Amino acid sequence: MDSQTDFYKSLTRNMMLLIALVSFTPLVLVSGILGYEFHTSYQEKVIAHLQELVQKQRQNIDVFLTEKLANIRVLAETFSYQQLQDELFLKRKLALFQENYGGAFVDLGLVDQNGIQMSYAGPFQLMKANYSQAQWFKEAMENPYFISDVFLGLRGLPHFIVAVQKESHGMKYILRSTIDFVAFNDLVENIHIGKTGLAFIVNQKGEFQTKPRLEAPMNKEFFQSLMTNVHKQFLAVGEAIVEVSDHQWRSYQSEGEVTIVRALDNAGVPFLYVMTPLKNGDWFLVYQQEERDAFADLYRARKIALTIILLGGLAIIFTSYVLSRRMVRHFAQAEREKEMMNEQVIEAGKLASVGELAAGIAHEINNPVAIMVEEAGWIEDLLDEEDLRESENLQEFQRALKQIKTQGVRCKEITHKLLSFARKTDPKLKMVSLNDLINEVVGLSEQSAKYSNVKIVKHLTPDIPVISVSPSEMQQVLLNLINNAIDAMDSKGGTLEITTRMEQDMVVIDVADTGQGIPKANLQKIFDPFYTTKPVGKGTGLGLSICYGIIKKMGGEITVNSAVGIGTTFHVMLPAPEEETVGEEDL
Amino acid sequence: MTVGEKFFKEPKRLLLVDDEKGYVAVLAKRMAKRNIQVTPAYSGSQAIQALRKQDFDAAVLDLKMEDMDGIEVLKIFQKMVPSMPVIMLTGHGSEKAAREGMEFGAFDYLTKPCDLEELIEKIRQACEVRR
Repeated sequence: MDSQTDFYKSLTRNMMLLIALVSFTPLVLVSGILGYEFHTSYQEKVIAHLQELVQKQRQNIDVFLTEKLANIRVLAETFSYQQLQDELFLKRKLALFQENYGGAFVDLGLVDQNGIQMSYAGPFQLMKANYSQAQWFKEAMENPYFISDVFLGLRGLPHFIVAVQKESHGMKYILRSTIDFVAFNDLVENIHIGKTGLAFIVNQKGEFQTKPRLEAPMNKEFFQSLMTNVHKQFLAVGEAIVEVSDHQWRSYQSEGEVTIVRALDNAGVPFLYVMTPLKNGDWFLVYQQEERDAFADLYRARKIALTIILLGGLAIIFTSYVLSRRMVRHFAQAEREKEMMNEQVIEAGKLASVGELAAGIAHEINNPVAIMVEEAGWIEDLLDEEDLRESENLQEFQRALKQIKTQGVRCKEITHKLLSFARKTDPKLKMVSLNDLINEVVGLSEQSAKYSNVKIVKHLTPDIPVISVSPSEMQQVLLNLINNAIDAMDSKGGTLEITTRMEQDMVVIDVADTGQGIPKANLQKIFDPFYTTKPVGKGTGLGLSICYGIIKKMGGEITVNSAVGIGTTFHVMLPAPEEETVGEEDL
Repeated sequence: MTVGEKFFKEPKRLLLVDDEKGYVAVLAKRMAKRNIQVTPAYSGSQAIQALRKQDFDAAVLDLKMEDMDGIEVLKIFQKMVPSMPVIMLTGHGSEKAAREGMEFGAFDYLTKPCDLEELIEKIRQACEVRR
């Protein structure tokens, strides 16, 4: 039994594993492959988008700067030094610029080769201001056009300068304009995606040229190394992994002049940096975004997919568990039923073969017994007429012959019963009223009951349904039970009660006697063929097994209750026909 | 009056058909004592041959024989000598065959092993009917 449960347990486990494996494998493979493909293509898409964005922004900024420079250049080319020296003229031009280009131009100034501002139009008092020591002035004097880095200047406010250098009568002069930092900042800041997207400009030293909307997570040195080492290397090789002061760089792509790198910040959070040079590499436009933010959709999709896989997995595990449990339970049940069926089949087969054997023996024995009896008769015949009549042993001869005949008759009875047991009965079914049948059989047995001093009492429920049985078989059963009951009460006599009643959908016949009862040890054997407690020669031990066979064949049950010294009750339960069937037949 | 004349005043001729030789032998002896001349036949074919040679007052026919089915023999008997009464012997539990025989015109049947007195009574009845 233990090995049986172990077997079912391992069967359950194996089935569960198999179901789970078969379900999981395609799920994991498909989601893995699709996930990888989606991840890669989505990443490429995001990066391409960022590149395009930054490229566009660079163009915007370039256009902005070249436009401002062009404006100043036009002014410088169109008008002479003398005209520009006129402060009123300058103011008019500034007003015109501001009107056309918004607040981008803060002021206009004409600076001579000594760095003295010769004329000025703007909100500050900068007439005659001396720029000779200013960095921008020195650089502007060496280039025809110049855009300065952002600096605080004389006013202590961040700004930068667009300057055009011209020459008049051998004297160099500079026309310069301050570009509104706020307007420029807004322009640069114009791109921001997600929560952490941030655009700013740094120069080659890593100094911020715009003021980022958020605190930039990296310091000057970081950006300097970004500019000098990484970008250059990317431009040269197209890909690089460089360790820069604890930050690991990895290129995604370096296409054209746009480089994308991934780096961890001080807190170890990965960031994406998209950068492109401005002003011939003096400045870099940098767009930074937290990687998680940049790929937010990807991560969200991945999270959803993982959730689905997880839930699916749980569902698979649950289903495989329940399914295999249920299947194994069915399997076990079927196995049990099969075993029971086998037992019944074996039992029935045993009974059938016993029957066949009995019938064979009965047939074979009949003839020799008949011959024996007749031969004894022949001797009797001879004794009648010969001179043996005078023999002193004549009486003994006659007694012996009579005994041979009696025993021959007994043999005959036994073979008859055996043949009844084995006989294939007439299976013709009829609708029979059990009560009528019982009355009939009791009538047959009354004589022997009276002889045995047995009183037969009937409790017949009047409205029990008619049932479909073979009347002769049913008669045999009842006769057997009644005769058994009468025999059980032998000489002392007693009461035999026959009851018919309904119990659920079964018609029940109880045959109860007040005989000596059957000991418990014998109870389970009483339906076995050839089992008898009657003295040798009184019973064949076939009566009850015949009854059992008949009742089983009718789809009924026969059971027995017995108490030693009190009596025995046999219960015959027969299935009553279903109500509907009766109704249909009535129609 | 001999012992046999107690049973039949005139000797009766009986055809006894049974493949159990010992049974036939003892029955023949006992019946001879009762004024019945038994012609034994141990098979269907022997019985038919015997019937060709002489007439019988009655026949006793075992339905279960090895060479021929008793019913078939009965049918032939009825064709050959329709007036001869036939008493069938059957095994217990094969009354169906006996009933079939009755339909084909047998006089009566007895289950084997049967009582000699019973058998002789049937033969008497059969002879009276024939007369």
